[in-house]
Amino acid sequence: MILSFLTQPEGVRVAKLIALSPCSGLLPLEIGGIVVTEVSIDRLTSVAAFDGKTKATSTSLKDQVGAGLAAPNRRSGAVSWFGHGVWMVTGAVSLDGLAAVSDQTDAWAVVHIEGLGVEDVLARLVPVDLRGHIFHVDHVAKTMLGHLSVTITRIGPQGFEIMVMRSMAATLVHDLQIAMRGVALR
Amino acid sequence: MRVRAPENTVMFTFDGQRLQGVPGEPVAAALLANGIKLMARSFKYHRPRGVMSAGSEEQNALMTVGRGAQAEPNVRATTLEVSEGLEVSSQNAWPSLRYDAMAVNDLVSPFLGAGFYYKTFMWPRSFWEKLYEPVIRRAAGLGALSGQTNPDDYEKAFAFCDMLVIGAGPAGLMAALTAGRAGAEVILADEDTAMGGRLLREREDIDGMPAVEWVAVALAELAALPNVRMMTRTTVTGAYDQGTYGALEQIAGPRAQGKPLECFWRIVAKRAILCAGALERPIAFPNNDRPGIMMASAVRAYVNRWGVAPGKSVAIFGNNDDAHRTARDLAAAGIKVAAVIDSREDAQVLGDFPVYTGAQVTATKGRHALESITISHGNGTRVIRTDCLAMSGGWNPTVHLTCHMNGRPTWKEEIASFIPTPDSVPGMVTAGACNGAFSTADCLAEGATAAMEVSTGLGLKPKVTVPAADDTAYAITPLWSVEGKGRKWIDFQNDVHIKDIKLAAQENFRSVEHMKRYTTQGMAPDQGKSSNVVALAILADATGRGIPETGTTTFRPPYVPVSIAAMGAGSQGKGFAPERFTTSHKATVARGAPMIEAGLWYRPSYFPQTGETNWRQSCDREVGYVRGSVGVCDVSTLGKIDVQGPDAAALLDFVYTNMFSTLKVGRVRYGLMLREDGHVLDDGTTARLGEQHFVMTTTTAAAGLVMRHLEFVLQALRPDLDASVISVTEQWAQFAVAGPQARALLNTVLDKKLNDEVWPFMACGTVGVGGAKGRLFRISFSGEHAYEISVPSRYGESLFRQLVAQAEVMGGGPYGMEALNVLRIEKGFITHAEIHGRTTAFDIGMDRMVSAKKDCIGKAAAARPGLHGETRQQLVGLQSKGRDHALSAGAHLFKAGASAVRENSQGYATSVCYSPTLDTHLALGFLENGRARHGEVIKLCDHLRDITQEVTVCDPVFFDPTGGRARG
Repeated sequence: MILSFLTQPEGVRVAKLIALSPCSGLLPLEIGGIVVTEVSIDRLTSVAAFDGKTKATSTSLKDQVGAGLAAPNRRSGAVSWFGHGVWMVTGAVSLDGLAAVSDQTDAWAVVHIEGLGVEDVLARLVPVDLRGHIFHVDHVAKTMLGHLSVTITRIGPQGFEIMVMRSMAATLVHDLQIAMRGVALR
Repeated sequence: MRVRAPENTVMFTFDGQRLQGVPGEPVAAALLANGIKLMARSFKYHRPRGVMSAGSEEQNALMTVGRGAQAEPNVRATTLEVSEGLEVSSQNAWPSLRYDAMAVNDLVSPFLGAGFYYKTFMWPRSFWEKLYEPVIRRAAGLGALSGQTNPDDYEKAFAFCDMLVIGAGPAGLMAALTAGRAGAEVILADEDTAMGGRLLREREDIDGMPAVEWVAVALAELAALPNVRMMTRTTVTGAYDQGTYGALEQIAGPRAQGKPLECFWRIVAKRAILCAGALERPIAFPNNDRPGIMMASAVRAYVNRWGVAPGKSVAIFGNNDDAHRTARDLAAAGIKVAAVIDSREDAQVLGDFPVYTGAQVTATKGRHALESITISHGNGTRVIRTDCLAMSGGWNPTVHLTCHMNGRPTWKEEIASFIPTPDSVPGMVTAGACNGAFSTADCLAEGATAAMEVSTGLGLKPKVTVPAADDTAYAITPLWSVEGKGRKWIDFQNDVHIKDIKLAAQENFRSVEHMKRYTTQGMAPDQGKSSNVVALAILADATGRGIPETGTTTFRPPYVPVSIAAMGAGSQGKGFAPERFTTSHKATVARGAPMIEAGLWYRPSYFPQTGETNWRQSCDREVGYVRGSVGVCDVSTLGKIDVQGPDAAALLDFVYTNMFSTLKVGRVRYGLMLREDGHVLDDGTTARLGEQHFVMTTTTAAAGLVMRHLEFVLQALRPDLDASVISVTEQWAQFAVAGPQARALLNTVLDKKLNDEVWPFMACGTVGVGGAKGRLFRISFSGEHAYEISVPSRYGESLFRQLVAQAEVMGGGPYGMEALNVLRIEKGFITHAEIHGRTTAFDIGMDRMVSAKKDCIGKAAAARPGLHGETRQQLVGLQSKGRDHALSAGAHLFKAGASAVRENSQGYATSVCYSPTLDTHLALGFLENGRARHGEVIKLCDHLRDITQEVTVCDPVFFDPTGGRARG
C-alpha cells in the first residue's frame, strides 16, 4: 500500500487516507453475457423538502442540476424519487432553508446490470414487474432483491441500476451471481 | 414391449438393473417397455404394485431418484423423464422389491384396518413415542430422505402476464391461440414435457388432420407470437390472493453444478383460464391393485404417445363409452384385446374381440403381475387370461385449483362427477374437461370462448375460429364398486379400501372430513386425486346420503408435491439472511477475529494473539488496552439518523425523555427514548451539528426500529412538525478510540491536534482526517477518556488500519465485542440486555431523565401505578465473592437463605463478566426494591447451568463512580 502524507500545522506528518469503493474486490462480474459493474458516483445527496418548500426546492434543483423533483417511482435526470418525500440527487446541491440535505455518497453501493436476458436474471430475485413495456427507462422501484431492500431504476432497454446499502454489497453480488449462473445454465 | 422402434435410446438403471429407455419418455413407460410391471410396494401392507396412470396423479409408482445426498424420494415414475445414466430405485421394500419381508403386514391386514393404531397403541401412553411410533414408521411409509444436506440448486422466480392459461390440452391451446392472436400477454403452463394434453395421447382428428399434427401447428404459431410465453414441465400448484399463482417447474436437460433442478414460480396474472383437464377414476372391484391393472387412459397414452404396450393381451373394464377407444387403439397398434367388459347392459361395442355387456370384474389373480381376471355377466362367470387390465370408472374434472380459495365444487349428475363452481377464484374461469366438457370439440370451443371473453374484458378484440373435431357425447352410468371376495382398493397410495370407509361410517366418522382423517384416504403426495370421488360415493352409500350432500374434502394447495428446497430456494447457506459488513471487516478477519452476528452485522468477538488459548485471555488483554493505554473498536453498526429542519429540536424533545432543544451546537447529549406504553425503547447519544441539524445514534439492533418509530411520529403523531429524518448509518465509518492515550492516538491521524478547551467531554465537531472531512464526538461507552471518530465510509478501512497500527505502537490495539461488554458492565452502562422491552426509566434508575418541563412519548403511561416504587425490580450491580466465583446471565435472584424456587424469585441477572480491572465477576441485574438494598448479600441461582453464588448487591457503576476518567 502506497501512502502519501499530509503535514499537520505542527509539522507532524499524517498518512493520507485511501478510498475504497463499496464493491471493491467484488466486481465486475460477467456470466452468460450479463455484466455487473460498479458505478462510481462523485456525489450523492438526499433531499427532503421542508413544509411548503417542495416547489421552491424543485425550482432550485432545476437551476443547480437541471432537473426538478421527480414524480414517485420516477427518475428525472440527476434527481430520483427515493421514497416518501425523499429524493436522491447526483451532484452537490445547496438548498439552505428549503430542504434537509444529507451526503449519501458513501452510503450506497450502486451497480449496473446489463445484457440480453437481464430481466430473466432479475425475475429470479425481484418480485415486481420489470419488463420493458411496463417498467420504462427512468422508472424507479423501491423493492426487494432476495432479502435485500433495493432501489432499481431502468437505465436502458437491457440495463438496470441497482442501489443497495453499502454494507450489503457482498450479499447483492452473491445473490446476483447465483441468479445469473442459474439463468445461463438453462 | 415397444410397438414401434425408437429413434434413439439411452441407458438408465432401476434397482441397479441396466435398462434401455427413450430419452424424455417417463420412467414408467421405459419400465413397461422392458416388461417390468412390479414397480413399488404399497404404503401400509407392502402390496406389490405397478403403474396405474400416465400423469402427475400417479398413486403407486413412486420411486427414489439418485443416491446419497442427492437422492430424492417419492418421485412419480410417470412424470420422471428418462435420461442417460439416470438412477432410479424402488422404495418401501426390504430386502428387495420382489421379496419384501414387510409384506407380512398384508397377512395380518384384517387387524390393521382404519383406526387400528388409534385404538391399539394408546396405552401405555409413554410407549407411543419410544416404541410404537418408531416401529410403525419403519414398517409403513414411502421413500426416505438421505439425512444429508442437499447439494442441489433450486430457484425461485416471478412472472407477470395478462392471462395465465393453466394446461395446454385442446381447451388450453385454443385459449392461448385466441388470446395470443388478440395480442394479450399470455403465459401457457403445462406440467407435461410436451404441450397438447390428451391430444398427444389419443387417436383422433382435428380439422381433418391427426390431432398430434394440429397440435404441432398450433404450438408453432404460439411459439412465433412474442406475447405468448410457453412453460412446459410447469405445474400450477396453487391459486392465491390478487391473481397470484404458484407453479413448480422441473428444469429440463442434463444436471450441472449451479443449474437449478426446479424453479418455484410466482405468477401474477390479471386473469386466468383453468384448462386442467380431467382425471380418470378407478373402479373398486376385488383385488383391483395388481401390477398390470391400470387406467384405460394410461394404457392409451403408453400405446399412442410412447409406443409402449403395457401388456400382450389387454382386457378393458369400464362403465362409459370413452373406455371403448382403448380397444380400438390397441387393435390399431396390433395389440391383442382379450375382452371388453362394460358394466352397462345397453352398451354398444363393436370390434373384433370378445365383448361382455352388463358384466363386471369380480376377481383377479397374479402376485407380482396380473395373470387372469374373473368376470360375471348375465350368463354366469368366466375366467379370462390377461396381463393387463385397463379400467375406467369415468372422468373427474380437475377442479382442484378452483377450490384453493375455499370454493366448493358442484355435483353434475350427467357426468357423475364434480365440476367447478363459477367465480370460486376471482379472475379465474374454467374451460374444457375440467369444466365437465369432455368431447374434443367442446374443449376447443370452451377454450376459445373463455379466451374471447377474457380478452374482451382486457380491452382487446379477439376473433374466434374453432376447428372441427370429435364431438361424441360422453355416456356413463356410475359404477363405484363391485361385490366379491377380497379388498376393493380405493386409495392405492394410502392402502385404503371400501371396508375402511364403511368402518369409518359405522364408527360415526360420517362427515367426509372425519372419514378422511380416520382412514387417511386422500392424504399423502397424490392428495386423493384419483380416489376422492369414489371414496365419498362409498361414504354416501354407507351413510344413506346422496353424493352432493356428502360433499368433498377441501382441496388445498399444492396440486402436486413441491419440494421445500424449491420454495426456499436461495435461502440456503449465505442466502438465509443478508450479511452486513463494516468497512473494517477484511482487516478484522485478517487478524483472525471470530465474528459474531449483531442484527445482520458481523462484528469481531475478540482479536486473538499468538499464545492465547481462550477468549478470556484476549478479552482481558483488550480491556487492559482501554484502561491502560488505548483501544480501537469499529462502532459503525450503531444507527445514525440525520434529523434536520426548523422543528428538528422539537421532534427530539418529543421522542426523547430529556431535553434536546437546550443542547448547544457542538455538543452531544445522552438520550432515552420510551415507547408509547412507557417502557424503554432505545438509548443513545445525539449530537447537535447545527441549529437545525442533529445526528442521532441508536443501538445496533434497534436502528431500524427507531427509524420506523421516528417516521411514525412524523407522519402520524406530529405531522405539524417540520422536520425530516433519514438514515446516514452507512455513510459514515465510525471508530471508538478509548483510553488514556486516546487523544495522543487521534493526533497521529488528525490534520490538526486536539486540545481540552475545544474538545471537552461531550463535545462534537468536524475534523480533517488524513485529507478527508470527518466528524469527532468526545463520548465514552467505556468510562475512559474516549472519542468516536467518523469518516466517509470509503476511508473506513484505511482509517481503521492506521488507528490500529498507531495504537499498537502505543501499547494498545483493537478490541472486540467481549471487551466492549466488560468495559460497559464495569461502568454500569446499559444495553438491550437491560432495556429488553419490559423495563421502565424508573427500573434502570433514569426516571430523573424524564423531563418535568415537557411532554414526551411514554411519559403519561410510565406514570401509571405499578410502574414505579418498591415493588419494581430495579437495576443493581452484583459482585461475586472473587475471581473463582463466576456468575451467569439469566440466573434468578433470591434472598440469602430463601429456597431457590419460582415463588421466591426477586429478580434476575441480565449481563455478566469477569472484570480484569477489579479482578472479580460482576453482573448487572434487576432486583426487587434493589436500589434500597445496596450492601445486602443475596443468592444468585441459575437452574439451567446449575450455578449458585453468593453476591453482594451494589450500585451498578462498579468502576470510577464519579466519572473522572471520562472527563479528564
